[in-house]
Amino acid sequence: MNDIFYVMLRRLRHPLITLISIYSLATLGFVMIPGQDDQGNVWHMDFFHAIYFVSFMGSTIGFGEIPYAFTSAQRAWTLVSIYGTVIAWLYSIGSLLALFQEPMFGRMLRRRAFAKEVRNFNEPFYLICGYGITGSAIIKKLCNRGIRSVVIDIEQERIDELEVDGLVLRVPGLCADASLPEVLDDAGLQHPSCIGVLALTNDDNVNLSISIASKLLAPGRLVVSRTESEVNARNLASFGTDYIVDPFRDYAEYLSLAAHAPYTHLVYDWLVNPYHRPLSSAYKKTSGRWIICGLGRFGKALTREFAKHDVELILLDDDPSQLKSFNNTVIGLGTEAQTLELAGIQEAVGIVAGTDNDADNLSIIMTAKELNPKLVTVVRQNLSTNMLVYKNSKADFIMEPGKIIANRILAKLKTPLLPVFIEQMQLQDDVWSHTLLNRMSSIASDRELDSWSITVSPETTPAITTLSAEGVGVKLSNLMKDPRHRKDQLPCFPLMFRRNGDLKLLPGELTELEEGDEILFCGLAEASNQMSWSINNYNILYYLQTGEEPSHNLLAKLLKRI
Amino acid sequence: MNREKVIYAFFIVLALTMNFGFFIGEIDDPAHHNVYEFFAAIVVSMICTVLKFGDRTHLGALMMATSLVADLQLVIAALIWGYGAQLSDVGVTTEMFSSVISMSGGALLANIVSVILLMVETIVVRR
Repeated sequence: MNDIFYVMLRRLRHPLITLISIYSLATLGFVMIPGQDDQGNVWHMDFFHAIYFVSFMGSTIGFGEIPYAFTSAQRAWTLVSIYGTVIAWLYSIGSLLALFQEPMFGRMLRRRAFAKEVRNFNEPFYLICGYGITGSAIIKKLCNRGIRSVVIDIEQERIDELEVDGLVLRVPGLCADASLPEVLDDAGLQHPSCIGVLALTNDDNVNLSISIASKLLAPGRLVVSRTESEVNARNLASFGTDYIVDPFRDYAEYLSLAAHAPYTHLVYDWLVNPYHRPLSSAYKKTSGRWIICGLGRFGKALTREFAKHDVELILLDDDPSQLKSFNNTVIGLGTEAQTLELAGIQEAVGIVAGTDNDADNLSIIMTAKELNPKLVTVVRQNLSTNMLVYKNSKADFIMEPGKIIANRILAKLKTPLLPVFIEQMQLQDDVWSHTLLNRMSSIASDRELDSWSITVSPETTPAITTLSAEGVGVKLSNLMKDPRHRKDQLPCFPLMFRRNGDLKLLPGELTELEEGDEILFCGLAEASNQMSWSINNYNILYYLQTGEEPSHNLLAKLLKRI
Repeated sequence: MNREKVIYAFFIVLALTMNFGFFIGEIDDPAHHNVYEFFAAIVVSMICTVLKFGDRTHLGALMMATSLVADLQLVIAALIWGYGAQLSDVGVTTEMFSSVISMSGGALLANIVSVILLMVETIVVRR
């Protein structure tokens, strides 16, 4: 990182040469011009005195004429030299100041400070490229969980937002092109504490190059990438990107789940979204005919997902060429009542307004609601600035790609067991999900449901290991008791249990724990804090197990014996 | 023809010739060594150093190093001379004067290396 130094040297070439030339010329003049000593003899100033005189004359205009009073010729030369040296100084200092004020120089300084800050990180952190809706939501959550992150974004505005967003941890940000490996390296791609790289920019190609760079430089590191095209997704998967999110496909999956398994959908929603949908929303009838308006990327992804579950579909688009390869189509935007009537709005259960124009989408929803008030409405939001109108549109689902991806990625980062559970859960029937949902609801009601996992091992759960080594079997139920009062239960319950690769959903609470077991819990965040006491502190776990405080010093043990 | 290259080469060769002109002669005879030529050698050597600023190539780094060596040798020679002429009670002794000249001889070597590097660069990068 010698860039700054080199730039400075190159810029100072001319001023320094001017300075040297003028100084040497002035010095030479004083040596050559004859003077007079105090006895009136001709006296030539030597180099030593000449340099001495010019040095102080150049910077301060002098302490006087030394060692003897000057002759007129010398004074004339002094006059010339004064202006010469002052101008040389002004020029040099001016160039230096101008350099410091240049935006390019400022950028270099900022980049250097950024790289230095990241280099000095000694705790695990995520490298996040792109500070848009998704990026900011993820960083906020990570900060709240005490996990550090580093941001790169191509726009200075967004980096400025980072400072004003009031995050609880300091997040270093750099305005640069994240597709350049050099930039990624400065942001800590090769740093040993970097635990994951998230490529969340709007540009698929940039995301691709970030993922490739990360996989090449650090093959074992987690890489999450966002993409909007199938080709790119396959490309990303081909070199082992750990998690690929496609906003349209993911939302289509989410919605199709709502249509064919409302309770499973709600369980998913509660586990993944911080603000979950109320229990009552599941009572709406969602299986039957669906109308999809707008066959863009979103519409197509949705059609594919719905087709998997044999949902009856009517497709609307004003461009006939888009509708060619599909059945049950109606030409039209869907903003007028006539087209909607034609699509059979009276018999439909749901409508999706998925065009890329926000005004059209809102108009579709409003017209449809008038024709059939019982409809389940899904509306796509394209611009985040339209938040206010959308909030008041009373649509059942508002599709904002940024938020969806953020929640999906966070679920993955929270605990790797959660995606496994979600996959397993979708194999269960809706009745099973309904029971689970009631259980979740009794714990969380309308608060945020958190999830976390523990792995039984001497490092992560020292208390369980120690107690097991003493021959006392620790049961799952003991972990869920309140460390302050063992008769109370913590607001949480186990979702999944994994031993040697065998999965068990909603495990029995009397299971005895062994080393290597992994348990996924869900519950309120405070329960997670309390539980970390019982798994880490031997005394507390002993109390939970037996109901008595262990005697941990010699005196107490002696007293007990008496 | 590149004007910048001309100026660059001019100063580097001038630094060598000035230095040589001052160095040549009996090592302990002040009559053979002109003080003005010495002053000119120092000034030109400094300008050379500044001209070499900011070149990030490996060759540029070597050139810079030779220039810094020449500067160092010449400034030390000037300091010895100045001490003898101004501060010492006995004036510039023969020993002092010889060491001034031998210092400038060292600088001469550095300047020769510098010119060789300049030639190498010109020959290798033919443009």
